[in-house]
Amino acid sequence: MLEYALKGSKRYWTWVCFLLVLIGIGFIAYLNQFQVGLGITGMSRDVSWGFYIGQFTFLVGVAASAVTVVLPYYFHNWKKYGRIAVIGEFLAIPAVLMCMLFIFVDLGQPMRVMNVLLHPTPNSVMFFDMVVLSGYLILNLLCGWVVLGSERKSAPPPTWIKPFLYIAICWAPSIHIVTAFLYQGLPGRHYWLTAIMAAKFLSSAFASGPALLVLLCMIIRKFTKFDPGKEAIQSLAKTSAYFLIATILFYVFEVFTAFYSSIPGHMAPITYLFSGLDGFTKLVPVMKVCAVLVAIGTIILVTPPLRKWEVTLAIGALATFLGMWLEKGLSLVVGGFIPNPFERVFEYWPTLQEVLIALGVWSLGFFILTILYKIATTVKEKAVFDKYGQKQIIE
Amino acid sequence: MNDIDRRKFLKIAGLGALFGLTGLSMFEVVTKKHIEAAVEKYKILPNTLTAQRWAIAIDLKKLDEKIINDCIQACHSIHNVPQIAMQKEEIKWIWKETFEHAFYEMEYPYMPEQMKNLPVLVLCNHCDNPACVRVCPTKATFKRKDGIVMMDMHRCIGCRYCMAACPFGARSFNWRDPRPFIKEENSEYPTRMKGVVEKCTLCCERLEIGKPPACVEVSNGAIIYGDLANPDSEIRKILATNYAIRRKPELGTNPCVYYLI
Ligand code: SF4
Ligand code: SF4
Repeated sequence: MLEYALKGSKRYWTWVCFLLVLIGIGFIAYLNQFQVGLGITGMSRDVSWGFYIGQFTFLVGVAASAVTVVLPYYFHNWKKYGRIAVIGEFLAIPAVLMCMLFIFVDLGQPMRVMNVLLHPTPNSVMFFDMVVLSGYLILNLLCGWVVLGSERKSAPPPTWIKPFLYIAICWAPSIHIVTAFLYQGLPGRHYWLTAIMAAKFLSSAFASGPALLVLLCMIIRKFTKFDPGKEAIQSLAKTSAYFLIATILFYVFEVFTAFYSSIPGHMAPITYLFSGLDGFTKLVPVMKVCAVLVAIGTIILVTPPLRKWEVTLAIGALATFLGMWLEKGLSLVVGGFIPNPFERVFEYWPTLQEVLIALGVWSLGFFILTILYKIATTVKEKAVFDKYGQKQIIE
Repeated sequence: MNDIDRRKFLKIAGLGALFGLTGLSMFEVVTKKHIEAAVEKYKILPNTLTAQRWAIAIDLKKLDEKIINDCIQACHSIHNVPQIAMQKEEIKWIWKETFEHAFYEMEYPYMPEQMKNLPVLVLCNHCDNPACVRVCPTKATFKRKDGIVMMDMHRCIGCRYCMAACPFGARSFNWRDPRPFIKEENSEYPTRMKGVVEKCTLCCERLEIGKPPACVEVSNGAIIYGDLANPDSEIRKILATNYAIRRKPELGTNPCVYYLI
């Protein structure tokens, strides 16, 4: 099926070349980081994780969110997702790859990354994170490819793939839960030390992932002959809306716990994020923008007329995605490190090089996503569905 | 250090070639349980100082600027700790804090000014239940049987999980090559490379040859070290007759650096 990726319109190739250029820029920036060391980033002794680990954390959510499409389809026989199940599975693949790359570019000694396997350390959550991530990648590659392959031959998927599909569905939340455990089990980091972390991670993932899928479906419909279906897009938007509300609630719970209890350590990071601490306010604008985006997303996604009109829906989905990205991709990680163990504030802001490297990784992810979607839509363009979601082959 | 690296690399490369696949050699290493061996072993020479549980007590009443500077200077110079002016990339094994910041949970508004500003020496607490060891994915940071929390800088992959986990801010990271920042290199102690974490190791290399930790030696009696497990040791006697506090005991890492006040 790979050959489908080699035939495309001019627009397709322009897009691919654009991504390749960004990947190239990111790669050059990375070579420099590899030479000089992580000193080129904005990270410091006090804020020892930054933009890279933030992107990793956010993308794990995107990867896990494939389950919001696959689960209703396979477990509840929700036919409307029939056309886009593969779209969901194929989003998970580049997302997991980006996660792994973001961990890789964050390492001080990347050549030694194999040490994690050479010296397996089950008491480290990071070890389990690697296990669940690679497992999830393999499962999604397998399921997506096999299902699509049989679709091309217009045959039902082979029965042996069923167990793998079910395992993949149960596996998806685990990658995000384990990633939350990475944070929530650390002593002395009050912003992360909360049992609701894993729940909040899942809910924000299931808000941002479907929002991204809404946008991707719209793009696919615009640029290919394959139509994911209006109802599928609406269902995704509803999923996103529910989980967005859950995420906001979870955040409010945390703010309540911190401020009603008035425990200084718990209040400090939240105060820092929303109004600054000791005069340091670098992340305040970020959180303000984040709050506005989330508000816009919520209003649009929960108001039926706004959700149904595609223009506002696109805005709402974009706002949700970006809002969650700011929260998880930047403020969550940095907030955990501020104030430092001596109750001092040392701020963090990503450097240009750091951003270029991250952009390179994102572009690589989108490059793979483009290839996968090109293949999937080419296969799907050849099939038309009737109103019951059943396939009608017209070739 | 460079040499050791190269040798290690050759060994791994050789192993890899031998089995054709890195995957196979990996399997080999894992199944043979070589992993623990490297972690637990440390040399015991005839005059090595040994203990069941090393600990340190710092007498805040005896600390003054000079002693503090001497301690920092002694530790940092013999361990080739680079002097990096940029706060963002600084590396420190033992350093000065004020009481107010080292023990901020104890601060109260009416505390005498001189108490707030009382200089305190802080370093890795060599915790009994160290969070840094728990999270390290490669066992690059590990606890020896005698309680010293160690760093294997050849195994560290620089993920900095340990830095996020340590609630005492005791760890530093080599954000770039530290060697140009070393004023006078002590050829007896290895220098580090970029991309690895480091911290105080309780001068285990000195204990090995029968010498006390460097900071203890120059502290003029302000720093005492000894075996917590031995009721007759000096440190136990001091702890039995003085009031001592520890940093953030409520977090359960069980720090083994005591501050006499
Ligand atoms: S003080 Fe920090 S680095 Fe030292 S042993 Fe305790 S947790 Fe680990
Ligand atoms: S930075 Fe090194 S010592 Fe720290 S957790 Fe990672 S591998 Fe272990």
